[in-house]
Amino acid sequence: MSDTLVAFDDVLASYDPALGLEVHVELNTATKMFCGCPAVFGGEPNTQVCPTCLGLPGAMPVVNGKAVESAIRIGLALNCEIAEWCRFARKNYFYPDMPKNFQTSQYDEPICFEGWMDVDVDGETFRVEIERAHMEEDTGKSLHVGGATGRIHGADYSLVDYNRAGIPLIEIVTKPIRGAGAKAPAVARAYVSQLRDLIVALGVSEARMDQGNLRADVNLSLAPKDSGTLGTRTETKNVNSFRSVERAVRYEMQRHAAILDSGGAIFQETRHWHEDTGVTTSGRPKSDADDYRYFPEPDLVPVAPSREWVEELRGTLPENPVERRARLQAEWGYTDLEMRDVVASGLLGPIEETVAAGASAQAARKWWIAELTRRANDAGVDVVDLGVSPAQVAAVQALVDAGTINDKLARQVFDGLLAGEGTPEEIVAARGLAVVSDDGALGAAVDAAIAANPDVADKIRDGKVAAAGALIGAVMKEMRGQADAARVRELILEKLA
Amino acid sequence: MPEITRDEVAHLATLARIDLDDAELDHLAPQLSVILESVASISGVAGDDVPPTSHPVPLTNVFREDVVRPSLTPEQALSGAPASEQQRFAVPRILGDEQ
Repeated sequence: MSDTLVAFDDVLASYDPALGLEVHVELNTATKMFCGCPAVFGGEPNTQVCPTCLGLPGAMPVVNGKAVESAIRIGLALNCEIAEWCRFARKNYFYPDMPKNFQTSQYDEPICFEGWMDVDVDGETFRVEIERAHMEEDTGKSLHVGGATGRIHGADYSLVDYNRAGIPLIEIVTKPIRGAGAKAPAVARAYVSQLRDLIVALGVSEARMDQGNLRADVNLSLAPKDSGTLGTRTETKNVNSFRSVERAVRYEMQRHAAILDSGGAIFQETRHWHEDTGVTTSGRPKSDADDYRYFPEPDLVPVAPSREWVEELRGTLPENPVERRARLQAEWGYTDLEMRDVVASGLLGPIEETVAAGASAQAARKWWIAELTRRANDAGVDVVDLGVSPAQVAAVQALVDAGTINDKLARQVFDGLLAGEGTPEEIVAARGLAVVSDDGALGAAVDAAIAANPDVADKIRDGKVAAAGALIGAVMKEMRGQADAARVRELILEKLA
Repeated sequence: MPEITRDEVAHLATLARIDLDDAELDHLAPQLSVILESVASISGVAGDDVPPTSHPVPLTNVFREDVVRPSLTPEQALSGAPASEQQRFAVPRILGDEQ
């Protein structure tokens, strides 16, 4: 069953969209939020658990001070107020992803509130108001066994790994974002992408969407055009790439409009995003079961950050993102258009790291924007999740700069990197990709090309140096691209001088 | 203090996953009201200058250093589980959604 959709332009003719984004950031602290278990990704099941994060009787939580520090730094970077006094709260629910039957979170006293972030979309700035950023803990991971689909419905039973349960999370919630109109999908994407840049700059999280360090829930509603009201929203959960954020907003706008056009009503519900088919499906309606009976966590004392501490942390903030973009553009010498592409692709951070690792700004941009973005699009993933690191890009460019490989061979090195064949140097060696600049081998190929193309050779002898291109092409073909083109040209001109 | 209704008790029981039959609801609903009234009488004693208190001890900012401490072994962690498989806790089929 597929949803009826209205053409995107028609949605905008009748409705104003309002967006809301909830982003969960998994902090990169060494330990969990309330106990000393390691907070690393990828351990064997249930090897990072203790009585506290398993919710065993008598175990007492103690707050990770580093996580509070990270929460405050995120809040300050988002121009938030920092609470002078706030408490944790228990969010009670029965679902085995938390062994305690509650999640320790914050309710009406978030540590950070009332902030904003300016987001650039196609050269236009949107101010996204931040409602709150609060501290909570991540949940365990369930594996559903049996059933036809392996998904949750139809599962016979579930297996739970609590390694992730208790890892510190910061949930950042925007106020409704209105007035974005046709740019609503792009604003949503830009917000998540630029928020990720900020989180990376703060150094508080790995912020990898593909690994779930950064997870976005997308709220969307439509109101009749120019009515100034807010419609009923749906919440699409766990949209796990920048690209999907944009697509999910667009899809929900088109789906809502079709329902409203036909006189129907939107029900407030959770929806699931399907990356493969690009659609959302109904999760569950909001119900009485969503009564979480929050109450102040009695086992944790309130958090009351002193103003001195807050100001000290303010002093550790990275450069303001708008100023940083202006500075980097000046340093890199990018045009406005080039810079816009880089920012829109979420590549500011990776390019900065690539340049820091020794590549020129233009080379870094070329590989990230042209080569790697194309591959990411082909693979249907965000370029930052492709699996090639800034250090690797810089290492590939270093090989080009050293004349070991040329751009064409560099693309094969990227093939090797994506296939996990080792470092760029190892790939060049294993695949035999180094360009041949040895005059013996090249000289033979040049002689052969001259012999095969006597007309061209005569032209060059007559001084028409431009004709050398045809011979260079023939030699490169013969050498399967692995020749130093500049050296080939020199040899041809020497031989035909 | 408004009386807690039978329907509210039934709702709370559902949220707490406690299966109460009609007779038990009839029996418990008035009792809960009495308990709430007794607790509410404290509000009568507290003057306007006494704020609601969730934590009786005047402490704030009890933090832990971000230093790893030993976890349990998986065998220890799973030793109290009624069922386990693949080094994970086995739980009954889950209806509804992940949080």
